[in-house]
Amino acid sequence: MSGLVLPERLRDLEPVRSIRTPARLEYTYTAGQATSRFLRGIAQRKILGERCHVCGKVILPPRGACPVDGVPTHEQVELPDRGTITTFCVVNVKFSGSAMELPYVCATVVPDGSDMGLFGMVQEIPFDRIRIGMRVEAVWDDEPRPDLASIKWWRPTGEPDVQVDEGRGA
Amino acid sequence: MGKERVAVVGIGQTKHQATRGDVSIAGLVREAVVEALEDAQMTWADIDAVVLGKAPDFFEGVMMPELYLAEAIGAVGKPLLRVHTAGSVGGSTALVAASLIQARIHRRVLAVAFEKQSESEAMWALTLPIPFSPPLVAGAGGYFAPHVRAYMRRSGAPDHIGILVALKDRTNALKNPKAHLHEEGITFESVRDSIMLWDPIRYSETCPSSDGACAVVLTDEAGGDAADSPAWVLGGAMRSEPTMAPGRDEVNPRAGRECAADVYRQAGITDPRRDIDVAEVYVPFSWYEPMWLENLGFAEEGAGWKLVEEGATAMDGDIPWNPSGGVLSSNPIGASGLIRFAEAALQVRGRAGEHQIDGARVALGHAYGGGSQFFAMWVVGADKPTS
Repeated sequence: MSGLVLPERLRDLEPVRSIRTPARLEYTYTAGQATSRFLRGIAQRKILGERCHVCGKVILPPRGACPVDGVPTHEQVELPDRGTITTFCVVNVKFSGSAMELPYVCATVVPDGSDMGLFGMVQEIPFDRIRIGMRVEAVWDDEPRPDLASIKWWRPTGEPDVQVDEGRGA
Repeated sequence: MGKERVAVVGIGQTKHQATRGDVSIAGLVREAVVEALEDAQMTWADIDAVVLGKAPDFFEGVMMPELYLAEAIGAVGKPLLRVHTAGSVGGSTALVAASLIQARIHRRVLAVAFEKQSESEAMWALTLPIPFSPPLVAGAGGYFAPHVRAYMRRSGAPDHIGILVALKDRTNALKNPKAHLHEEGITFESVRDSIMLWDPIRYSETCPSSDGACAVVLTDEAGGDAADSPAWVLGGAMRSEPTMAPGRDEVNPRAGRECAADVYRQAGITDPRRDIDVAEVYVPFSWYEPMWLENLGFAEEGAGWKLVEEGATAMDGDIPWNPSGGVLSSNPIGASGLIRFAEAALQVRGRAGEHQIDGARVALGHAYGGGSQFFAMWVVGADKPTS
């Protein structure tokens, strides 16, 4: 502002350097056919993947096509609500809009028979005892809805740990 | 007729810091552009076209900022392109600018990238609610921390490797007046004892939030021949891959490996650790240094952490990585990739000041973005390519 001459009446005022302008966005979201099939399954406590007929892999959550081969998936595969932790992190950071109590564990869980995993919380165990390779099962909401939040969290089954291919196709 | 040769003849950067409250977004970007034009000994009239990159518009909430910035970056009456490839955008911006010259569409192109994180909500913008899913992934750190854990387990790397990288980059930043963080007195213990944000990633192993901009002037061969110490573009490449796919290697992504192979082939590099003198690589969380050492072929798979431990990537090592202090010391997100590309060029021009690596003739600039799914790289050299 050096060199700029202000009118007399503005000279002693605190200059405005920034203003806050909160933004709000609301969407109408169309899930699409494949996600709708998957979410209707969730509402019945079923985890439904879809198999690619080219590579034979089970896509989860299904998107109606194989992301590798680019072909439609036609075969639905019902997966157990039991699987293995392939990796995880312990979250100690609050972020806006989250009501989560800290810390919590966010893990990738690959259900048995699936080639991809779901993100979810792991509870009913101290977070410093959670391990890659740990066996877990889903804890469902009493009234499941077509929403992945219907899996409240995953808990240890007590089975022995298994070998996993860390960080591949989680 | 092959591609036109491309040279970097001008580089400008702002002083990166947490809050540049003295300037608007336009003022911030212009500061970098004016410095780049002065370095190139050019005026606004000499520029044929402008390419602008930044991370998602959601961050600052300014939609299509390239329109609002057209005057500030001297683009009025000229072609103006916007590039967006998430965190890798700064690198992609330079490569799009270079391609306009390689194709002989323009002779002199300005590439510019910025982020003003003090006016932005990046954590919120990166934690958007996914319909029908619980909001669990807390920002970029929450997304990348599980990949880091998978790397640690897969490679058997000891816990202190990430601390060593953070200590190295933050110490390097003390030699770079443009860097955001200047942590005098930083120690191994101070990094180790900082809070675990997304276990296994500590606060001091995480990039800061910065305001900053970077600008680069690129010219054709004639412009490079006439310039004082140009950096010649020896190769450039981009690759992408899906965020989620069966068998996708999130620790060592295929797109990164293939992007590196492409850029090395163009530049005639067969052994990156031997053939490259210095690298500026996008390392926003400390563990990404060993992970990218492997992804970019500087080390065998599982052995990247050994290069860190033996000091190979330090300023006085055989392959210094991030002498500028890197993303761990300055992170104006949209600009961070272009800063890597620009710092690589500064090194081969011999103009990196106190963080100059003696005798640097060939340098790698690297950027990645999204869920490790966009990659952009270039190799620049002090000598004009013969082919």
